[in-house]
Amino acid sequence: MKKIKNTAGLQTLRQTLLEAQDPEMPVVRVCLGPGCLALGAEKVARAFKSAVRNKKIKARVQPLIKGTGCHGFCSQGTLVSLSPANLFYVRVKPEDVAEIVATSLEQGRTVERLLYSDNGARYRSAAEIPFYRAQQKIILKNVGIIDPLDINDALMAGGYQSLAKVLTEMSPEEVLKTVEVSGLRGRGGGGFPTGYKWRRAADNARENPGPVYVIANGEEGDPGAFMDRSIMEGDPHKVIEGMIIGAYALGANQGYLFVRHEYPLAIHHFSIALRQARNRGLLGKNILGSGFDFDLQINRGAGAYVCGEETAIIASLEGRAGEPRTRPPYPAQEGLWGRPTVINNVETWANVPHIMEKGADWYTGLGVPHSTGTKIFSLVGKVKNTGLVEVPMGISLGALVEGIGGGVPGQTHFKAVQTGGPSGGIIPYELKEIFTDYHYHPEEFIAAKKEISVDFDSMAQTGSIMGGGGMIVMDDHDCVVDVARYFLRFLEEESCGKCLPCRLGLKGMLEFLNRFARGQGSPEDIDALESLGQALVDGSLCGLGRAAPNPVLTSIRFFRDEYLAHIVDHKCPAGVCRDLISYQIDPETCNGCGLCAQECPEACITGKKKKLFTIGQEACIRCGVCQDVCPVQAVQVA
Amino acid sequence: MNAKKESKKPPKDNLVHFSIDGRRVQAQPDWTILETARAHRLHIPTLCFHPAIHPWGSCRLCVVETRLNDKVEVTASCLTKPVAGLEVLTHSSRVMNVRRWVLEMLLAECPASREIKELAAQYGVTSTRFAILDPEEECLKCGRCVAVCHEVVGVQALTFGSRGVAKKLETPYRVPNNACIGCGCCVSVCPTGALQARLDTVRGDLSRRTGHGFAH
Repeated sequence: MKKIKNTAGLQTLRQTLLEAQDPEMPVVRVCLGPGCLALGAEKVARAFKSAVRNKKIKARVQPLIKGTGCHGFCSQGTLVSLSPANLFYVRVKPEDVAEIVATSLEQGRTVERLLYSDNGARYRSAAEIPFYRAQQKIILKNVGIIDPLDINDALMAGGYQSLAKVLTEMSPEEVLKTVEVSGLRGRGGGGFPTGYKWRRAADNARENPGPVYVIANGEEGDPGAFMDRSIMEGDPHKVIEGMIIGAYALGANQGYLFVRHEYPLAIHHFSIALRQARNRGLLGKNILGSGFDFDLQINRGAGAYVCGEETAIIASLEGRAGEPRTRPPYPAQEGLWGRPTVINNVETWANVPHIMEKGADWYTGLGVPHSTGTKIFSLVGKVKNTGLVEVPMGISLGALVEGIGGGVPGQTHFKAVQTGGPSGGIIPYELKEIFTDYHYHPEEFIAAKKEISVDFDSMAQTGSIMGGGGMIVMDDHDCVVDVARYFLRFLEEESCGKCLPCRLGLKGMLEFLNRFARGQGSPEDIDALESLGQALVDGSLCGLGRAAPNPVLTSIRFFRDEYLAHIVDHKCPAGVCRDLISYQIDPETCNGCGLCAQECPEACITGKKKKLFTIGQEACIRCGVCQDVCPVQAVQVA
Repeated sequence: MNAKKESKKPPKDNLVHFSIDGRRVQAQPDWTILETARAHRLHIPTLCFHPAIHPWGSCRLCVVETRLNDKVEVTASCLTKPVAGLEVLTHSSRVMNVRRWVLEMLLAECPASREIKELAAQYGVTSTRFAILDPEEECLKCGRCVAVCHEVVGVQALTFGSRGVAKKLETPYRVPNNACIGCGCCVSVCPTGALQARLDTVRGDLSRRTGHGFAH
């Protein structure tokens, strides 16, 4: 791989690469995102390669098989797209590959049964599918299109063009100003204005000369969230480019990619991307002949959720235990090795090249005032179309979940959305009664429109946060007490244990919720739990403890009646909390097959074949196996 | 109102002028709110702060409510440096809520500690709603001993092991530590006396202590 000496060289290389491309050449893109990989996408990609080799398709139309990042439509994996025919196949299994090669690649026809269909309509290309139609892909534009292991692919898709523009046409001050004007806010959760953060670091570095560092936070630990993962795996060069631009603006010469250990593929793709970028002269000494030096190194997080907190990242990079420290001083003042440091989320860095390319005005035109640009959400839970979506900020929650998500599958109702991961809140879809408490400002919220707008400030008003972008959709079969308990248990395990309100408080809150889930406690305990939650919000040292009570506080605020149902009526309306439910066999529906009695782990179901079976309630552990195996749905939760 | 008047008047010295509970106080430029309060004989409770070591901010009993213009925050006074015109409230309802809950949880965490019982009683907390796991426990993992061993004694004979709720005071690698010189600094700074009983597990067998780090 030849080094690119200057920006003109970059353009020449891109031209040569583009000219070498044959627009007629069929390209098969197999999604190798996390969802599809779990469904066996690697086998599909291998099957394509061997099928094409065996068929000996003529050299001129030698199809290119590309493993790409996540296409986003995870519920329909494995996803395969064919260009230039512009076909989009869903749920592809290795055994379908021979047919696709024979029909689509050789004869140019469509395999109808593999197209996405919904409500009787079949969609040939991805762009027509409602799930994609409402999205606005900017950050994810290249994810799923390019091969992340090949820098040439990224260069052809416009990679490093913004870097060339910045290095030749813009001064560091102009870059800073552009980011400030664009209104970009940190995508990691807090929504802190990125331009302000950069400005402070640059000012501090000027007052106190010495090295400056940039860090990408790829420690994405929220359950059910994989936005950063798909960027890192699908388009690592965008993150690298963003970091070089940021480093140029701040005068940094060293950067760190802090990626969690649980993302081996992201680390693998990053290490290849870094090597290729170095070989191409896009990283290292004298980048593109501009005289600017910058290099990056990958640091693996050891799997602690709290290491997503910026001061904990610094501690971790310095070789200490990943425990947060108090802020101020902020990392922009005293960060890594005591020097000004800018830590941004992976998605934030990936925004930077786009802002430089198209300008701050274009960026502010996206989204809503104070929350500009687009945001990637991972839509999971009780929703038909699960996957990754990129939408402009300020989209209504309804449009996101009902429109793009396709609503709740089955006969149940859409109840609530859990946003922002364990530190976020549970927002009811249709806002129920608003309960006053002394910390939040519900009056502002009542005045606001009923449809919750998805942007930083509106989400904060509900008591939740937008967070990294996890969206867990819940229906009538989800119990908010149980969900709050789940997140608290997660955080209790992940708390670093440094400060008392977080270490003891999460344990204490969990004790309260465990009692509620057993139907014990009194209505006063709910108030006590709220006040304890407030003590954590006020007293904890870092963002983890301060945001940890959010799921509990919001669920009490919006679903107090459900808490009361547990405590006063000793019932779990959603039928989830084991101590408050019982499984019954409906005598009308039971056909006496005896499957439940066979499968029951406690052997507490008795009856005779072809007669009614009954569940012995004393021995029953409410595992629900009988309900799962019953062929006629005779087992019901009471 | 007082604060506003003060900030307009250019201070003649380099002291930081602000108020604690309505009383005007002056701080040296590098003082924290807690240090200023102590210098003015105003009481703020703490368990993890000790003048000999860097503030660590783990017990959160020293939280105070600070007001500056419209910005109201609850923050640890041992770590926060005051700015001119700041209004500090040491006993506001939000502050008391944090303190009472921390103390109630500490009663369950360190049920054997007389010091914590007395402190809790001062705040009207006499019983706990939380589960007591070890009735003999006194250690609240405040980190004073770890810090004093490192910062004052200059060795690292003590450390925290595990994480979160499982956090424990241990010696590195859970073996008796040769680096320990038996100076007893950790015992003297311990707010509850929990280290008294543990010192021998740190030092190990005295007859076998040789090698690097051992003070003769």
